[in-house]
Amino acid sequence: MPLSRDEVIHIATLCRLGLSEEDIEVFQEQLSNILEQFEVLQEVDTEDVEPTGHSVALHSVMRDDEPRPSSDKEDVLANAPRREGDSFRVKAVLEEHGA
Amino acid sequence: MPELWGLTAHEAGDLLRRRETSSHELTEASLARIGAVEPHIKAYTTVTDEVARKHAREADEAIARGEGSPLTGVPMQIKDLICTKGIRTTCGSRMLESFVPTYDATVTTRLYDQRIVLLGKGNMDEFAMGSSTENSAFFPVHNPWDLERVPGGSSGGGAAAVAARECFYALGSDTGGSIRQPAALCGVVGLKPTYGLVSRYGLVAFASSLDQIGPITRDVTDAALVLNCIAGHDPLDSTSIPRPVPDYARALQEGVKGLRLGIPAEYYGEGIDAGVKEVLEEAAKVLEGLGIHLEEVSLPSTRYALACYYIIAPSECSANLARYDGVKYGFSYQDTDDMWEAMEKTRQYGFGPEVKRRIMLGTYALSAGYYDAYYLKAQKVRTLIRQEFDEVFQRVDALVTPTSPSVAFRLGEKTADPVQMYLSDICTIPVNMAGLPGISLPCGFSEGMPVGMQLIGPHLSEETLLRVAYAYEQATPWHTKWPPL
Repeated sequence: MPLSRDEVIHIATLCRLGLSEEDIEVFQEQLSNILEQFEVLQEVDTEDVEPTGHSVALHSVMRDDEPRPSSDKEDVLANAPRREGDSFRVKAVLEEHGA
Repeated sequence: MPELWGLTAHEAGDLLRRRETSSHELTEASLARIGAVEPHIKAYTTVTDEVARKHAREADEAIARGEGSPLTGVPMQIKDLICTKGIRTTCGSRMLESFVPTYDATVTTRLYDQRIVLLGKGNMDEFAMGSSTENSAFFPVHNPWDLERVPGGSSGGGAAAVAARECFYALGSDTGGSIRQPAALCGVVGLKPTYGLVSRYGLVAFASSLDQIGPITRDVTDAALVLNCIAGHDPLDSTSIPRPVPDYARALQEGVKGLRLGIPAEYYGEGIDAGVKEVLEEAAKVLEGLGIHLEEVSLPSTRYALACYYIIAPSECSANLARYDGVKYGFSYQDTDDMWEAMEKTRQYGFGPEVKRRIMLGTYALSAGYYDAYYLKAQKVRTLIRQEFDEVFQRVDALVTPTSPSVAFRLGEKTADPVQMYLSDICTIPVNMAGLPGISLPCGFSEGMPVGMQLIGPHLSEETLLRVAYAYEQATPWHTKWPPL
């Protein structure tokens, strides 16, 4: 089933990806073609099959909770596109109302 | 004797220990070689000549003190998605074009501990997504055997640099074939270790349940030596296997007589070029001549592996790449006051088309209403693929397959059709799905281009794979062939 234009736009919104008009058209066709290739999986009987999320049998790894130095503050901020003091500077998250 | 840059890593290391050359000389020879051929190959995103000369001085001092290991002082390349402190790590992306890590990946630290010489960072498909290195945001890599053809991908920079003798060996990463497929297409050796054998700490994540770091080398001995250096448990990677590491170089000599190898029919059927099949048939005869028993086996779920992979890998990628929001590091769109617009434009201009395609695919596969039909279904089929491998390894020690369905294709040939490009990894993807080790080594030529043979083994069977690969290599001339550059 091919993806609709609205579905492409909806997916892009979910992953916060800006798309041009051309992108939307190209992705609508390409993603539909790729999804068509996935149909083959529906012929596999997976009743009573457990999913594999991890290929090597490893269980949760525990370690002792010992204090150790964390990353240096300057290192953490070294690649910040915008910085203010010891913080990452971001765009306003909350809108102003009633002003 | 060939030029210094023409040696294998172990030959260069032997000369160093006999004091017949210095790391300084090897490094200058490598940098001169890069200067001569790099304009045609484009295998490096960054050449770190100053760092390399400093490393060479330190290595020569260590060797003078009688210290060092087989790789000490030998110049190499690291794929540009493995963190190198103070050295730009771009992932082949505009998003990280000026990103300078503030820490080293565990594999980087392990190499530095052996006093290797870093020549630079390997060009690659953006965020390791691709099979031709044409998805590098900077420039494509050219195959040293034919500059009009691709080197494979995503570790195309590493494979091309090793084939063109622009470094003695390289580190790559392999999520669906990204070490083995370019190694095959460039006529060199590429090893993808068992998932968990090599630490992923400091490897920029693409698909975390599949990614694994490994060596790209000129011969099998070098692959064993590099694996010796990078394998082993790391508390900083929770998926790292806590188990002592054997001496892989010692395992090479143990002989192969009486080993049983399986030929899975599914890897020799539709979609595999006739020329590749012919070369593999000849290779099988050589293996039999070494006293190896070959038998036909079947892995019927192989035909579902590609679809499975292109659901699971993009799903994991869509989650991993959510971190690129323009706030903490990387490219950041600033020309707006709106937070959401800034984030969307950052990702629109920072990512290239293939990365966007996979983020979209993965987001869709994980979204409400589709999760069961796509992601969960793919994980269940993944179980079946894994179980079939487990069963077949009750009967045989390893499998022999082509690494790639074709020899290197032409630049631009498959860029317009993602599905065609995805088929390039049809022989390598099942190995990642099951977390198995796989090695590709040169086994002949078709259309004048190198063909790779893939050996696949059960978890932690690297010693067996290297033994078989070494025995085959010693019986054939392929690893001594050079591209006509």
